Amino acid sequence: MRRGSEVLVNGVELLADVSGALYWPALRTLVVADLHLEKGSAFAARGQLLPPYDSAATLQALAEVIVRRDPERVICLGDSFHDDGAAGRLASADGAALRRLTAAHDWIWIAGNHDPVPPVAWGGKVETRVTLGALAFRHRAGGDRAPGEISGHYHPTASVRTRARRITGRCFVGDGRRLILPAFGAYTGGLDVLDPAIAGLFPRGFSVHLLGRGAVHSFSGTALAAG
Amino acid sequence: MTALSALPEKHLPLPHRFAEWFAAKGWQPHAHQLDMLAAADSGRSALLIAPTGGGKTLAGFLPALIDLAESPRDGLHTLYVSPLKALAVDIHRNLTRPIQELGLDIDCETRTGDTPQAKRQRQRRRPPQLLLTTPESLALLLSYHDAPQVFAGLNSVVVDELHALADNKRGDLLALGLARLQGLAPGCRRVGLSATVHDPQALVAWLSPTGRHEDAPLRLIQAGGGAAPEVEILGTRAHLPWSGHMAVHALAEVFERIRAARTTLVFVNTRAQAEIVFRELWRLNEEGLAIALHHGSLSAEQRRKVEAAMARGELRAVVATSSLDLGVDWAAVDLVVQVGAPKGVSRLLQRIGRANHRLDRPSRALLVPANRFEVLECRAALDGLRAGTLDGDPAKPGGLDVLAQHILGTACSGPFDAETLYAEVTRAAPYAALPRPDFDDVLAFVADGGYALGGYERYRRLGRDREGRYRVASPAHLRRYRMNVGTIVEAPTVRVKLKRGRMLGEVEEHFVRGLVPGDSFVFAGELLTFEGLRETWAEVIRGPAGGEPKVPAYAGGRLPLSTHLAERVRAMLEAPGRWRDLPANVADWLFMQRRRSILPPVEGLLVETFPRGQKQFLVAYCFEGRNAHQTLGMLLTRRMERAGLGPLGFVATDYVLAVWSLEPVTDAAALLDQDMLGDDLEEWMADSSMLRRTFRQVAVIAGLIERRYPGREKSGRQVTVSADLIYDVLRKYEPDHVLLRATRADAAGGLTDIGRLAGLLARVQGRITHRALPRVSPLAVPVLLEIGKEQVTGAALDELLDESARALIEEATGRLQVIQAELPL
Repeated sequence: MRRGSEVLVNGVELLADVSGALYWPALRTLVVADLHLEKGSAFAARGQLLPPYDSAATLQALAEVIVRRDPERVICLGDSFHDDGAAGRLASADGAALRRLTAAHDWIWIAGNHDPVPPVAWGGKVETRVTLGALAFRHRAGGDRAPGEISGHYHPTASVRTRARRITGRCFVGDGRRLILPAFGAYTGGLDVLDPAIAGLFPRGFSVHLLGRGAVHSFSGTALAAG
Repeated sequence: MTALSALPEKHLPLPHRFAEWFAAKGWQPHAHQLDMLAAADSGRSALLIAPTGGGKTLAGFLPALIDLAESPRDGLHTLYVSPLKALAVDIHRNLTRPIQELGLDIDCETRTGDTPQAKRQRQRRRPPQLLLTTPESLALLLSYHDAPQVFAGLNSVVVDELHALADNKRGDLLALGLARLQGLAPGCRRVGLSATVHDPQALVAWLSPTGRHEDAPLRLIQAGGGAAPEVEILGTRAHLPWSGHMAVHALAEVFERIRAARTTLVFVNTRAQAEIVFRELWRLNEEGLAIALHHGSLSAEQRRKVEAAMARGELRAVVATSSLDLGVDWAAVDLVVQVGAPKGVSRLLQRIGRANHRLDRPSRALLVPANRFEVLECRAALDGLRAGTLDGDPAKPGGLDVLAQHILGTACSGPFDAETLYAEVTRAAPYAALPRPDFDDVLAFVADGGYALGGYERYRRLGRDREGRYRVASPAHLRRYRMNVGTIVEAPTVRVKLKRGRMLGEVEEHFVRGLVPGDSFVFAGELLTFEGLRETWAEVIRGPAGGEPKVPAYAGGRLPLSTHLAERVRAMLEAPGRWRDLPANVADWLFMQRRRSILPPVEGLLVETFPRGQKQFLVAYCFEGRNAHQTLGMLLTRRMERAGLGPLGFVATDYVLAVWSLEPVTDAAALLDQDMLGDDLEEWMADSSMLRRTFRQVAVIAGLIERRYPGREKSGRQVTVSADLIYDVLRKYEPDHVLLRATRADAAGGLTDIGRLAGLLARVQGRITHRALPRVSPLAVPVLLEIGKEQVTGAALDELLDESARALIEEATGRLQVIQAELPL
């Protein structure tokens, strides 16, 4: 099965990867959203001792898709770090893994609401938004509905009723003009695309690209199960 | 002294005041009540096993009442623990009467989740002499720093309905609580009250302060049996269905029985069944008999109303699930109806005992099978009742997740020493064999997560003091513990509320998410129309919106067929001489099976294969219960996939498993080899939604993630991390973490029932009979009719999504009609 699914945004041919990353073959650019590194330790600090492996898992998944797609440039669409203290809590092994990734690529951290000032201790440069060709990359979709906008922030998920059972998963959601990426982080949950917060961004309808185990599956927004 | 001292104790005379009270009532004390008094007098713990209606409760409390009458004193004297809040409340009512009539000055109070905060605080400062509570409330009481003062003078603790607690996690929690109590009040006597059980020694061990049945310092008192129940299987006049579980065909006859009886309890197995049976009965109820509904999803207020109306004798019938299996005494009930399969002999006995709650008169009961296999099951259960054989599953070791909760609770009450706590814990029967390393792993989990990759040192839940004792690191953990205490983890639910009206109850969230405004559904016995999801509730209005109403389905709640009953069903199938006791159409069905194929043997396993339509079917007559069959289905389809047979799906019932594929199975014995429990199992388990569900429960009980309370979640963006995500990460990075071990242990006995499956595969090795038939056999028809109704297949996630994406619809319902039209008989 294919490990990705073609998506056209503002006339640009892109690939929605099964990992949740977006790949732009023409510019060899890989895009990921909402890594939320050190979310686990943020919960631990509040007394909920979640397994401390989420940053390792997220970075490993990121390294894997980077090996598979072999990009020159990597754009992280914000909320890469779960909170201000995340940089300080990142285990040294995870920090080293991150440094290896940033050193090997043209690496861009876009600022998000969780990380308005992403740390650059591990390399990469910080931007608030980036425009490349017909596409504009930012953390959160703007109210202007500008064509070519690629964003994260909402952690979209979708549910589909299948023959056997209802399946819910992370997804890309877009309308051909704009696209929102799923959250990439290991502990990042999601918000259903039918929620007005997401559906409202696409008044003329949308389609989703749902992440399966080994393939990406595309559905029209009208074919989804609520919730 | 052993637990089974056979010599009857010498009975002491009742104190004058009590003897007069008995006489005034026209009662004679039962022998077992006097035995219980004698045990109390010699300061010994006691386990009373008596059938329902044997005056157990009075037997349990009589010693306390007499002791307090003869030497009145303040302070907590007797603690009573029941598995049900409602039962604690009811016992309170039933105790108040004798206390008043005897003119005793004894405070008796309940303490449950419903007790107001102020009263709870007062109860800790100035405890009543008799306190009636639940395992969860006891755990909470024990978690306060003043627990040593509250319990110091405790004379005895009475555990009611012990049989319903001893084999589950609530029982684990209570057993740990009792071990703790023993430390606080070493002189405290334990008293257990239980219905008749298969293995009394298991309960002796559970109740014993040593945690073992050998040399247990307690007396086992078994009351004589009551009158044998009069049980009848409804020989319906209507056509007996091939499949389905609702028994709608028979409800007109059930209604006639309700009319003829004074008060009837109609038991069903699931909440969905309860809703449908209730509706159908009301459809027939032209004269408006007072028929009520009772199940666990209804609001507490609604349930209490029904219970109170029942107690006042105002109802003619209540349709109930296991929510009414236990306890509450209703003398007026003169008929019990069991709709659908009884699933186990013990459970049936328990339910039947709810009728005519008096030892000297027989209970009357009516079994209403919903389909042909259920007729067999009812017949087998009836034989089991008459032979007095009960279901017995070997005791399971206590859950490590429950232990984690208990350790945190212990720390909440004050610092503890690991060595001492370990010794205390192993005096609770479920943990008697707990290896020290497991205890240490659980303790490490509670202290700092217990992850191999440390890193959480600074976020520790438990710190160590100078003496090396563990203590809670911050008051926030106390609050968190108290919010999350208990072992009952329900699927997430959403409240159902009438528009501008009251709350009706809660339904499972996934059901609500499948509704669109305008959909109608049946709930709380009413036809409702869904208006929409509000902040924290589903808003509904009364009345239909047209279209077929849906019925909420509930995860869990379906008990698998007991091993004992399954054996009886198999034995009956193999003995045609006994078929004449069956209704003619059922007997015909079995004779037809004998002509077309063979009947499933008692020993060994019958596997039939046959083509049907474009597909090849395999039906295995395992009789090991739905959960075990589902696991087998998952594993079989994986093997068939590898063998190139193109499996397409499977469906599991309590009795059989059916798998369909593109290519026929030719070597069933090889396919069902024991080795399927190796790698395949491991691989499937890892990804199984049942494991995920089990992990979620374990994680909540152990305190890794917090309970979700309906109405308290924030809408929109999640503020929690879902158990699924944690499960994936933990499995990958620390597959041997104590919570994953706890999950696997639970799943082996629960939703996946691997224990039972392994037993089956071992038993039938070399004894598999494979019949390759030209067409479907009579016995296979019911399971084929389940196809399409069941929500289970073996297909993998991507295939399912792909299928949906290509808009391939499931096997059309039209297919079902086709099968029905050309039934082979």
